[in-house]
Amino acid sequence: MPEVVDLLPRLGAFARLLHDAGLEAGPRRLTDATRALGLIDLKQHDDFRCALRSVFVSRKEDIPTFEAAFDIFWAPPDPRVSAGMMPGRNRSMPLSPERAKAWANALGLHASQMNRENPSEFPASSSGYSAEELLRHKDFEQMTWAETEQVRRLLEQSPWRMAERRTRRLRPSRSGRIDLRRSARQAIRSSGELMTLFRRKPRVRRRPIVLICDVSGSMERYSRLLMIFAHAIARREDLEAFVFSTRLTRITRLLRQRDLDRALDSVSKGVHDFSGGTRIGDAVGDFNRRWARRVLGHGAVVIIVSDGWDRGDPAHLSAELVHLRRSAHRLIWLNPLLGSEGYEPLTRGMAAALPHCDDFLTAHNVQALDDLGRLLASLESRKSR
Amino acid sequence: MSAPATIEDVEQRLRERRYIGDRALATSIFLALKLQKPLFIEGEAGVGKTEAAKVMAEVLGARLIRLQCYEGIDLAHAVYEWNYPRQLLHIRLMGEGEDRRVAEREIFSSEFLLRRPLLDAIDNDDPTPPVLLIDEIDRSDEEFEAFLLELLSDFQVSIPEIGTIKARQVPFVVITSNRTREVHDALKRRCLYHWIDYPDLDKEVEIVRARAPEAADGLAREVAALVQGLRGMELYKVPGVAETLDWARSLAALGATRIDSGLVNATMGAALKYQEDLERVREQVPALVEKAQRA
Repeated sequence: MPEVVDLLPRLGAFARLLHDAGLEAGPRRLTDATRALGLIDLKQHDDFRCALRSVFVSRKEDIPTFEAAFDIFWAPPDPRVSAGMMPGRNRSMPLSPERAKAWANALGLHASQMNRENPSEFPASSSGYSAEELLRHKDFEQMTWAETEQVRRLLEQSPWRMAERRTRRLRPSRSGRIDLRRSARQAIRSSGELMTLFRRKPRVRRRPIVLICDVSGSMERYSRLLMIFAHAIARREDLEAFVFSTRLTRITRLLRQRDLDRALDSVSKGVHDFSGGTRIGDAVGDFNRRWARRVLGHGAVVIIVSDGWDRGDPAHLSAELVHLRRSAHRLIWLNPLLGSEGYEPLTRGMAAALPHCDDFLTAHNVQALDDLGRLLASLESRKSR
Repeated sequence: MSAPATIEDVEQRLRERRYIGDRALATSIFLALKLQKPLFIEGEAGVGKTEAAKVMAEVLGARLIRLQCYEGIDLAHAVYEWNYPRQLLHIRLMGEGEDRRVAEREIFSSEFLLRRPLLDAIDNDDPTPPVLLIDEIDRSDEEFEAFLLELLSDFQVSIPEIGTIKARQVPFVVITSNRTREVHDALKRRCLYHWIDYPDLDKEVEIVRARAPEAADGLAREVAALVQGLRGMELYKVPGVAETLDWARSLAALGATRIDSGLVNATMGAALKYQEDLERVREQVPALVEKAQRA
């Protein structure tokens, strides 16, 4: 087994590989890794792995990617590859299928699954309405690719900001409770005389939004627009976003990319069941168990977007929603079909869900999303039930 | 007690103090000690994150300084605060003139300083550097994280009236998180990271034997197997190792040496904390018990 010094070039290459896979592997970590390897017995393969993992990984989600990268990179040397050379990346991967998948995801090896229409003509304005006004009221379902591009601009310009909640952190203020610490401090400066009473009150912060979006087959025509909407709010609000059809996928990080097209591309690569069937109850249950505790702190508002076409058991959906509503500040259900004429929420899923939602709104055009924005901006600071 | 010299040494000392960890945890601890970097431990509730820090204090023969985080925690609670009532009294007792001017200088000496855990951790006369446990950092807020970032980079604290206090010896810092929210990357970057998973059956049995010796061997194994079975179910709150231990202790206190459906039904509140979970499990108790007895 070589000395640490001999490993340095390969360690650098390994760090680059991790970087390409989306892990943070900057100079600080590389230095730490070098120091760490100097402290362990390099012959112990597992210790070697653990040492690098504790340096380069800093969240649970990155562990599979790291393990896959480690297996590929530090596999026992191929006799045909001379010592010290970086193993070729086209070698067969000594990986379990699960790891191989994590790795493929990390490197973005999947083809895009999103359909892109051919650009077509933007509708001419008629009867005094401006083109923008028409677009605001046009159902997403009937939009062309070019129109969605326009919508994106409208959504990005929407002026609303999320309502605030009180935090437990206090800040100086003219009104509010007396700040004994500051007042006493001032008194000490003026030789022990209490001259001024300082006050402080709770700082406010905008509430987090949790968006859980149905992207199953029946929602296909709305999915793209809803993702554009999610991307627009992710830019300015504290947003956690999930999509589901048969299973739930978190897309928060994917949406954080500045460029919309790149963000949407990552979402379609990261989500494997776009346009599949729907099991809303399972998706909400999965959210309750795996994510609720992590993302529903700080008085989050939960928004579920779905048409309610559910192949699962309505009683199951109902039970999961009861639980979800208890942990959320407010539960809002958006149904794009509510905008269509003559629609009644008669699907079994929708009927099961209705009694448990605080609000039931439509989401079929820009105007509807603006209305949602107004609601979110005006939420009371306390739970109203 | 001297610092551990090898990974094996860490492993053995943890085991001597009845902490059953794995080799990976021992490696992370060893490296954190040697590199003098904080160790960031994440894992589900009840897998032994806090316990790891407590045991490390014993292993090192060091004092454990614990800072429990909560939303809104600030410098006055975490680092230091002046004892204002005492300062005011002191000034008032000093009368006028020269005395008072002396008093005004005196009140900003360490005698009037209330030392909170973080200041204590870097400024102390301990023969061995203390173990600083920053527990459940996910409960604090971004403002506090930003402050910690500074403290953990330089191990120093500035107090305007006194100056900068630099650590004479670097404490062993353990930060734990239940992941109720994502902690900022900049903070994690300054730490070594370790994820503690639920143990497998054999390890969990070993943990029960070490930590709840009052439970008979057969009982220890069956309770551990039962909890392993529960973890495979769809529950709102999956029981951790802490719950396994509580459950084993409860059953032992009832004089049980084996489990049966009646006992499990009567005591499963030790492991399950949601009404929905209790109901869901209750239907399947006989099957779960049978499976656990075969494990």
